[in-house]
Amino acid sequence: MAGRQDAFPAFDEMGAGRHCRGQYDLIRSWIEETAADALSLKRREAELLFRRIGITFAVYAEGGDPERLIPFDIIPRVLDRAEWELLSRGLVQRVRALNAFIRDVYHRRDILRAGHVPQELVLHNEGFRAEMQDFDPPQGVYTHVAGIDIVRLGPRQFCVLEDNCRTPSGVSYMIENREAMMRLFPDLFARHRIAPVSHYPEELLETLQSVAPANCDHDPVVVLLTPGSFNSAYYEHSFLADEMGVELVEGADLFLDDNIVYMRTTEGPKRVDVIYRRIDDDFIDPLTFRADSTLGTPGLFNAYRSGNVTLANGVGAGIADDKAVYRYVPAMIRFYLGEEPILDNVPTYCCWTREDLGYVLDHLGELVVKEARGSGGYGMLIGPQATREQLSAFAAKLRAHPENYIAQPTLALSTCPTFVETGIAPRHVDLRPFVLSGKEIRIVPGGLTRVALREGSLVVNSSQGGGTKDTWVLES
Amino acid sequence: MLSRTADSLYWLARYMERAEDVARIVMVGHRMASMARSLENPGNEWHSTLIATGCEQGYLAKYPEATAALVIDYLVRDPDNPSSIFSCLETARRNARVVRTALTVDMWDALNETWLKTRDAGGAACDRERLLELLEWVKERSLLFSGAYANTMLRNDAYYFTRLGTFIERADNTARILDVKYHVLLPRHEGVGGALDYYHWQAILRSVSALRSYHWVYQERLKPWFVAELLILRPEMPRSLLSCCEQIVRHLELLAEAYGGLRGECHRIAGDMHARLRFGRIQDIFQSGLHEFLVDFMERSIMLGNEISKLYLK
Repeated sequence: MAGRQDAFPAFDEMGAGRHCRGQYDLIRSWIEETAADALSLKRREAELLFRRIGITFAVYAEGGDPERLIPFDIIPRVLDRAEWELLSRGLVQRVRALNAFIRDVYHRRDILRAGHVPQELVLHNEGFRAEMQDFDPPQGVYTHVAGIDIVRLGPRQFCVLEDNCRTPSGVSYMIENREAMMRLFPDLFARHRIAPVSHYPEELLETLQSVAPANCDHDPVVVLLTPGSFNSAYYEHSFLADEMGVELVEGADLFLDDNIVYMRTTEGPKRVDVIYRRIDDDFIDPLTFRADSTLGTPGLFNAYRSGNVTLANGVGAGIADDKAVYRYVPAMIRFYLGEEPILDNVPTYCCWTREDLGYVLDHLGELVVKEARGSGGYGMLIGPQATREQLSAFAAKLRAHPENYIAQPTLALSTCPTFVETGIAPRHVDLRPFVLSGKEIRIVPGGLTRVALREGSLVVNSSQGGGTKDTWVLES
Repeated sequence: MLSRTADSLYWLARYMERAEDVARIVMVGHRMASMARSLENPGNEWHSTLIATGCEQGYLAKYPEATAALVIDYLVRDPDNPSSIFSCLETARRNARVVRTALTVDMWDALNETWLKTRDAGGAACDRERLLELLEWVKERSLLFSGAYANTMLRNDAYYFTRLGTFIERADNTARILDVKYHVLLPRHEGVGGALDYYHWQAILRSVSALRSYHWVYQERLKPWFVAELLILRPEMPRSLLSCCEQIVRHLELLAEAYGGLRGECHRIAGDMHARLRFGRIQDIFQSGLHEFLVDFMERSIMLGNEISKLYLK
């Protein structure tokens, strides 16, 4: 692996050259002592396994297979206990601050008045929901499930790349990847002490139960609201509902009577107390938000505001995962918690300010430029990998609509050994841990590691050909 | 349970059963057509197969006349035909995906693997030589699915709805298979009771895997009214209309018990259909016309389906 030329000299999580970091000792000897064709056989087995279970991921706007598999890489990514402790403290801190920010934005707006976050950025943001003003959700929680995207730049340097406070997905892969590894490599597994992840659905259920409406005087009935089986994350919706033992409902399965939410069952109406909704704000209630939405339930928002049902995540939580608001998260941590951020932010340039736009245009060849409101890795420019024509075309787009873009330095994402066509080679990875907030904050150790399978590529999104790995947090 | 979940389970079972049933009807068509050929009597077997599967209208909108190759393709593979075997398997799997959480792992495996295989074969025209092999495979997959759910599902409302789907579809199918015989014209010199007529009845029995059962029950050569009696009125014949109606009544009752005595029009219709069969006599049925009897039965079973849907599935 040593001596490979890479445009982005990156931190190798296993250790470069002959040096091997402690937590990878057993993995490295396992790779060395297992024949390449045995590994390749296991990889095919893994694919069959996933196909049979039906774990698939649909990619929009693509003529291909509507039930494509996300490639699963059989070499795990390993974090030791100390690394995880650091990450975990940083995540709890960050999510507490994000939640405090959302609460503040829909109440007194202290942080805006103190001048730490520009007012127009929040109030004119499309993620801002004026309908939420002065509403107090149960336990004051908005970000019940947050997915925080982390990249690693050095041994102790973890940066947050993105916060996902709306409806982050991917947790089913975290659980299924572990299942697959345990089935495929029981021996390798037995040689490590790995923190389990399979109890995530129970943790999620308890989190959801803990935020039932204050007036709920019975065991809260929780449901998972999905846009339906054509949604790209439908597998995950059904998986989580099944593992939690709750009903998987669509908008049309719910109805309102006297401001109370019921689901239609074969025995008649049944009251619903907590809705884990995997539908965006825009679509949950045609009476309050988009009138043309057929995915939601008319009247749902009013019942929520009246405190008769809890929506998780809270409506309007998207204001905190805006790519421009992201820049101010360290300020939020200082303002609300009076602490220094444990996890770094990536420097971010907002192209709608004259100063930043100038800088971005001058340094386009070094930067990554993203749409401020895009997701899934669509429509982004990676300066160092772009041709001269692409750069000048993008510069024109930037000048025409600077308000749509942010830019960040091109990061040397850490690499992990990965099984690819030519054998085993380092590939860039990120990490999405899932943070649960209810009465308390909980994190299942690990998360979803995404890997850019193309050589040299820095884009890990599954919609752009990224794969996933099992993520191990070692107990000792 | 969610009404939508019940609805999907019910239709999932119906479509799986329908895939098997269409396979069985195509087998009858195939057998009758090959006999006609061997007796040098080209007949209208394939056209009657279309009528029996209820696909005549859709087919004639697409093709001018019924030829063996086109009818087989239309009934087995054609994605434009919602009742083609492949379409049924796809619809079943789509419903299954919607209610993944209500299925056992074995049910899902049976459905999903069937669908994966048909999807892989889906584009290819179906090979006449291998037609019977394919039809046998469809039958096997459907039997595997029935076995999987009969052996692994909890005995609760989800199971009762799945059962209802299976038996309503099966009753309809048995009626349709019998009715094929009505639509096949015998050539002028081949009278009723002749060799061809005899083979037709035999093909019908074979298609519902009941040829041996016939001999066990009647111990004499095939007679039309006995074949009809076996498939309509005999309680020991698992695909007979009576057996299916017994199961329908039973599972509707189990639902009523599970839901605190809630009953509706569907319970009355099912009870009425059951009583007619339970106390019916084959000579009366033949007297007023077998075809008319079967058409009447199919209409009632459509009404029953609508009422079940009204009470539970909406």
